[in-house]
Amino acid sequence: MSLDADQVRRVAELARLAVDDAELPVYAQELSSILNMVDQLQSANTEGVEPMAHPLNMVQRLRADAVTEKPDREAFQALAPQAEGGHYLVPRVIE
Amino acid sequence: MTNALHTLSVSELAQGLRDKSYSAVELAEHFLARIKAHDGHINALITCTENEALDDARRADAALAAGTAGALTGIPLVHKDIFLTEGVRTTCASRMLDNFVAPFDATVVAKLKQAGVVSLGKANMDEFAMGSSNETSYYGASRNPWDAERIAGGSSGGSAAAVAAGFAPLATGTDTGGSVRQPAALTGLTGLKPTYGRCSRWGIVAFASSLDQAGGFARSAEDLALMLGAMAGFDPKDSTSAQQDVPDYLAELAQPLAGIKIGRPREFFAAGLDAATGAAVDAAIEQYRQLGAEIVDISLPNVGLSVPTYYVVAPAEASSNLARFDGVRYGHRADSPADLKDLYSRSRGEGFGREVQRRIMIGAYVLSHGYYDAYYLQAQKVRQLIAADFERAFADVDLIIGPTTPTPAYKLGEKNNDPVTMYLDDIYTVSANLAGLPALSAPCGMVEGLPVGMQLIGPQFAEGRLLAATHAYQQATDWHLQRAEVAQ
Amino acid sequence: MSYPGWEVVIGLEVHVQLKTQSKIFSGAATTYGAEANRQACAIDLGFPGVLPVLNQQAVEMAVKFGLAVDAQIAERCVFARKHYFYPDLPKGYQISQYELPIVAHGHLDISTDGGETSKRIRILRAHLEEDAGKSVHEGFEAASGIDLNRAGTPLIEVVSEPDLRSAGEAVAYLKKLHSLVRYLEICDGNMQEGSFRCDANVSVRPVGQEELGTRTETKNLYSFRFVEKAIEFEIERQIDVLESGGSVDQETRLFDPDKGETRTMRSKEEAMDYRYFPDPDLLPVVCDGAFVSSIRDVLPELPEARRTRFMASFGLPAYDADALVAERDLAAYFEALVAALGEDNAKLAANWCLGELTASLNEHNLDVAASAVTPDALAGLLKRVLDNTVSGKIAKDVFAAMWAGEDDADSVIEARGLKQITDSGAIETLVDQVIADSPAQVEQYRSGKDKVFGYFVGQVMKLSKGKANPGEVNRLLKSKL
Repeated sequence: MSLDADQVRRVAELARLAVDDAELPVYAQELSSILNMVDQLQSANTEGVEPMAHPLNMVQRLRADAVTEKPDREAFQALAPQAEGGHYLVPRVIE
Repeated sequence: MTNALHTLSVSELAQGLRDKSYSAVELAEHFLARIKAHDGHINALITCTENEALDDARRADAALAAGTAGALTGIPLVHKDIFLTEGVRTTCASRMLDNFVAPFDATVVAKLKQAGVVSLGKANMDEFAMGSSNETSYYGASRNPWDAERIAGGSSGGSAAAVAAGFAPLATGTDTGGSVRQPAALTGLTGLKPTYGRCSRWGIVAFASSLDQAGGFARSAEDLALMLGAMAGFDPKDSTSAQQDVPDYLAELAQPLAGIKIGRPREFFAAGLDAATGAAVDAAIEQYRQLGAEIVDISLPNVGLSVPTYYVVAPAEASSNLARFDGVRYGHRADSPADLKDLYSRSRGEGFGREVQRRIMIGAYVLSHGYYDAYYLQAQKVRQLIAADFERAFADVDLIIGPTTPTPAYKLGEKNNDPVTMYLDDIYTVSANLAGLPALSAPCGMVEGLPVGMQLIGPQFAEGRLLAATHAYQQATDWHLQRAEVAQ
Repeated sequence: MSYPGWEVVIGLEVHVQLKTQSKIFSGAATTYGAEANRQACAIDLGFPGVLPVLNQQAVEMAVKFGLAVDAQIAERCVFARKHYFYPDLPKGYQISQYELPIVAHGHLDISTDGGETSKRIRILRAHLEEDAGKSVHEGFEAASGIDLNRAGTPLIEVVSEPDLRSAGEAVAYLKKLHSLVRYLEICDGNMQEGSFRCDANVSVRPVGQEELGTRTETKNLYSFRFVEKAIEFEIERQIDVLESGGSVDQETRLFDPDKGETRTMRSKEEAMDYRYFPDPDLLPVVCDGAFVSSIRDVLPELPEARRTRFMASFGLPAYDADALVAERDLAAYFEALVAALGEDNAKLAANWCLGELTASLNEHNLDVAASAVTPDALAGLLKRVLDNTVSGKIAKDVFAAMWAGEDDADSVIEARGLKQITDSGAIETLVDQVIADSPAQVEQYRSGKDKVFGYFVGQVMKLSKGKANPGEVNRLLKSKL
């Protein structure tokens, strides 16, 4: 499987990564070479094999429903590039 | 007080502290002075936390005076900069988090703090742990203390370089596909990746959640045993943390080697392995035979697919885990964004380096509509086959041995042109992550003046057995005692 | 509304906020209306290094819902990540369920034609997921503010099969679902606060056509009225498009409550590629038989069963039964009242529950549980109606007095002298007086104007201040005139 510059543009957009036009063919070549390597997987016979999502054979633990966190908004928002009146700010979104 | 404190083992240092040969503050000052003298050259640390370290050391001295000190009280260490450290900048070696001061401690950090260690700073690494040479760091590559023209390995390259350069006797790391074991091998250290779930992932910036595991670097299995005992354990904040008791790893070192069966998978000794490196590992195998272990030839038929499997699973999870870095709540934010999409795309485009962006794109691609089954699902199935290979093998043998890396440390810049060449170097390490197994690298020889490592892999939760087998080897050999010139 | 020649096909996706104390994956509080971001902890904010741990109560509530709609509870269900970039979604993905939801294949029966017939609506699935935060657009210059207090609040998304055939049916289904989740005490049902919200998938096809028409999904429906309006608008719009030779675009639309219309939000070309995959931070959730039975054991009687019982045991009409069971507390009030009055008087109890009680509650904007008149107190009053101490009309005044905080029924009747006059002698005196005072009307009546009879009854009642037994008044007037 190989990717062209156009496909790279689309996947970069999907992942919200600004990529210069000049970089697109470079990425296309690099990503294609990774995908070619990865294509070895197609040779494996996996018929009837369960996909493995976790290395440990455990089940989800459940937490008691109790309020245990008292968030320190000021401390968290000291890390924010832009916050005002307790809100995080982004360019205006209109639906 | 001796000038060679940095050559002592953790137990020796602890003894010295108890004997009042030196204080914890003096010990910290010794290592801080070494960092000041040599790190400009090695670049092992991103942040040196001198003041905090001296505060920690004073607390350790108080505990020592009060008689409440433990085995690690006052022992200096560095943390890979992927662990959140409260009040201390935590960058993950990325421009994205250049100014990020962590609001809480990772569980592993908190546990080690509880044990009394003195943290000297935050170690360099590949950006977001993506890389095998430390060259993707926003802060420049760490250099190998054995030869500064060469890589220290990655992604936990700074942690390895710090211990190998004598900046600290211990360092934490994380290992997603070999990020502890490979740099340990390339810098002549003992490095352990525990079983998935053995150490909490809470507070570790996630790379690939089903593969990430905290580990550590030390000069010997004995030092590692002390460290692991303090790091490991169940954490209710991590759903994937194992509810397993933590054994006394120091006591487990005494497990006898005689009668133990060690498997030698033929796939680990095939084409691609540097002859001298292979010979060093075979010599170690011979050593094990002499120590009473039985060596068995085994096969892991699907292990050859580990690298392609890994390079689907890890980027997929990474593309998802790194979606949170959007310039809104923390981290790098692009100047004057035109709109929301521009804010996201430029913040991420500017904040992430090239390798990270490559992996995010690969990950987004293999999860996207129409490709999921062929890539991601297929990789998860092959992962099952690989795990089954190990399960079958461990029905017969107690441990598996092989090389950690195909070659000794290569030159900085040597493999920058094609990502795939570098990925293929992970061939011996990624399978343990895919199967969630504990694995350890220990020095087993020198090739042209550079250390090489052997890798031992065990069944889940057999860290004690791995450490004991390594300890037995280290009692009989002195590869682990070799030091780079800077650390002498 | 009917659309000759067209068949309407509707499926609903309803987001039901679960009434837990803490969030689905963090220990932050879920209380509505807190100051911005005061209830958003590191996990809700999607900080680096944080991990989710699942809230047991959220799982139990989802199972409760599944059992209540007679669905299959998955023995093993899995959380998946759904990816898209939006500022109210801090991690860049929502933790939801995709291939293996906790609840699948249930149903809900809705009443149509005033409760006479019922129709089964199949529920495809209900999955657990986390809610997103909110964007605030007022008060910031050229910017939007993000409040993540709601981020991480547990939801179940209930997805119906496309079994609904009109806006009316859709609303009936939604009301039924709303009643059910409140019955189960898994959701406060507050639509204004967004605790219960709905997306509608609507398509139309010519009657007789097998194949489904192209559907649109309309979002942002947070009241029953909006659902009805949006669906009706959408049906008419689609029919107009098709009848004028066009074709309906598969798209996501947004309902504008001010204009009462829907408009395009996202076209199919812009459709999201969500890149679902199992969340590696969470393990499979196992709901084994013992766990499910422990929840089944504490399940309350459900509205459907209660409705059937009310009709069978008390002989109530379907309309009354429907209205009584719609709210769990009202049904309980009614049952307490019947217990005090006896089953024979269930219809009287129903009338009062749906009449005076509901009216007073609505007037004061109170829940049944906060009623100023308890079932026992109301029973005390209705006993006086049954033994003819007061008439139904006077009883309403007594009820009002009780509601206002005066004593029990007997004291009010006593203190205000409202006791009904049943003594024939006393009533006869009043009847005689009215006949004597109204010679003209007597003349009219006797000349055949039967309607005048009402006048005499009114006068006697007026004279008795409403306390005369109406039956007795009638009897005596008839005989004397």
